[in-house]
Amino acid sequence: MTRIYISRDSGALAVGAESVAKRFEKEVKERGLDLEIVRTGSRGMYWLEPLVEVETDQGRVGYGPVKASEVGTLIDDGILAGKPDKKCIGVVDDYPWFKNQTRLTFARVGITDPRSLKDYQAHGGYAGLKRAIEAGPDAIIEQVLTSGLRGRGGAGFPTGIKWRTVADTPPQQKYIVCNADEGDSGTFADRMIMEGDPFVLIEGMTIAGIAVGATYGYIYVRSEYPHSIEALRAAIDAARAAGFLGTNVAGSGYAYDMEVREGAGAYVCGEETSLLDSVEGKRGEVRAKPPLPAHIGLFGQPTIINNVLSLASVPIIMDRGGEFYRDFGMGRSRGTMPIQLAGNLKYGGLYETAFGITLGELVDEIGGGTKSGRPVRAVQVGGPLGAYFPRELFDTPFDYEAFAERDGLIGHGGIVVFDDTVDMAQQAHFAMEFCAIESCGKCTPCRIGSARGMEVIDKIIANDNRAANLEILEDLCNTMKLGSLCALGGFAPYPVMSALTHFPEDFGAEKKRLDAAE
Amino acid sequence: MPKYETWAPERANEIIAQHQDQKGAALPILHALQEVFGCVPLAAEPLIADALNITRAEVHGCVTFYHDFRREPPGRRTLKICLAESCQASGVRALAKRAKEKLGVEMGGTTADARVTLEPVYCLGLCHSSPAAMLDKDVYAALDEERLDELLKEAQS
Repeated sequence: MTRIYISRDSGALAVGAESVAKRFEKEVKERGLDLEIVRTGSRGMYWLEPLVEVETDQGRVGYGPVKASEVGTLIDDGILAGKPDKKCIGVVDDYPWFKNQTRLTFARVGITDPRSLKDYQAHGGYAGLKRAIEAGPDAIIEQVLTSGLRGRGGAGFPTGIKWRTVADTPPQQKYIVCNADEGDSGTFADRMIMEGDPFVLIEGMTIAGIAVGATYGYIYVRSEYPHSIEALRAAIDAARAAGFLGTNVAGSGYAYDMEVREGAGAYVCGEETSLLDSVEGKRGEVRAKPPLPAHIGLFGQPTIINNVLSLASVPIIMDRGGEFYRDFGMGRSRGTMPIQLAGNLKYGGLYETAFGITLGELVDEIGGGTKSGRPVRAVQVGGPLGAYFPRELFDTPFDYEAFAERDGLIGHGGIVVFDDTVDMAQQAHFAMEFCAIESCGKCTPCRIGSARGMEVIDKIIANDNRAANLEILEDLCNTMKLGSLCALGGFAPYPVMSALTHFPEDFGAEKKRLDAAE
Repeated sequence: MPKYETWAPERANEIIAQHQDQKGAALPILHALQEVFGCVPLAAEPLIADALNITRAEVHGCVTFYHDFRREPPGRRTLKICLAESCQASGVRALAKRAKEKLGVEMGGTTADARVTLEPVYCLGLCHSSPAAMLDKDVYAALDEERLDELLKEAQS
């Protein structure tokens, strides 16, 4: 029997993977083929989706992008025997874009059937949990500390320290909360994990529960991700049915269970304390810290709140050891980062690699430059609250500290590329507009500052008292930066100020004046 | 057959009762109500407040905080176009304008024949293949004028 693989990731569905799969099913029936169609996650090479992979003795041979109308011809051409064709990319594992990555967190995504627990286990799944149970809570936290894993949501706080803090609170009801409110434009790594390898997240959260003595967990997923919600719920049911969740996790005596909570379209709920309020059924307003969620979190109880990628990295850390993971990366940024290449790029997708790769390599070489064919003018790294970088900063290595030194952030690892048609004053205006739309309203600098910011930028664009208004904008940005309760108001000035600093000509300002004002 | 049920308090109480026993039940209840009625009408708020033993003001605050919850049922189909940065970088501003013109509505509006509601969305997580859109729960990416026109046709059909 021949086996072929077609992604069910929503990024593949969005370009027609479902109709390709249906067409294959039809051909199987009509031609009486002995063929099994396995639905997987995506490899992350989205310009090749819908990608059809055929199992051969050499490995899985890929064909893409495939249109439903081409399926019949491709079968005639012998692709089911792995024959080359103009859409053939060869053995997918050897395809340079894929081969040059270091896939640790994404080891199984695009390869296994995300609905099959058996497939997950056959590819190393639940090996981390087994070791975690043998090692016990203290040793789990030691391994996570050793790995150097830092919060992949954006803040980059050491995960092990968070865990230690919760573990050190007296025994009581504790919670594990997974932040899957991936709202940053340019990011989709969480979505790919949830749709392509949901069990790894469940395993990571289970290990976290054992480590800190938490018996229940919530995954808060944004409502814009219906496919992720469906995949996670199916996986949780399967894990529970197999005894990996419940009162006696894998026969260990530890209790841990979990559920999915759906968000309701509020970007600010990606902020951890606002997310907790949302799970509690309230307005998603930001809480003042302290107290830290580790002490007083969900329903007032000690809570670990981690991003999808942080928790999904835990199983491999437990399986291979903290040192194995730590040996990748640079400086204080250890391990790998699933980098998301987005916007106006020829090769958009997910590229997991060790920290240290430069922004220029990512944009020009791996991303292949713009899909419009025009020169790259600006790159926004780290979502709507991340700075815009010009080509002059393309030597910046992908590392938390290196980006911070240049007034930027890597955030959740998304890179959005713009060509030379971009109007940076318009982008700065949008940053303020987005902040105004999404502000939770609790603190004044964010709620009022963003609205005033839009007005001031409008005046600058209209050349209404430009010099004076540029000063006001800068002052306003500083107020928001220093006075906001959370990163929404606090970081919205990054895209605004970076646009102004690096692209002053778009605001009708002179470079010199801004340099002096810095 | 209409897509949504007409508002009925007894039916709403039934739905609320199915979800009220879980911790932090408000959002699951609101989603469930909207699934059935297409919206969360003002009349639902006292029922939820009563069931969860919280004030009506707290329920009202919650409903109005989240972009997802509506006061009126949407058109037969809802088309959400992503207007976030990655899609902006890939030409969505022109596509959004085209969609508004072809449907004859502004963002947030519903066509006169109640067939389509057009809404903005800030990121669908399909930024590798921008611009992206969502028709009900189906996703579309790598949109250009031609693909958008097909999508608009599908939405209006």
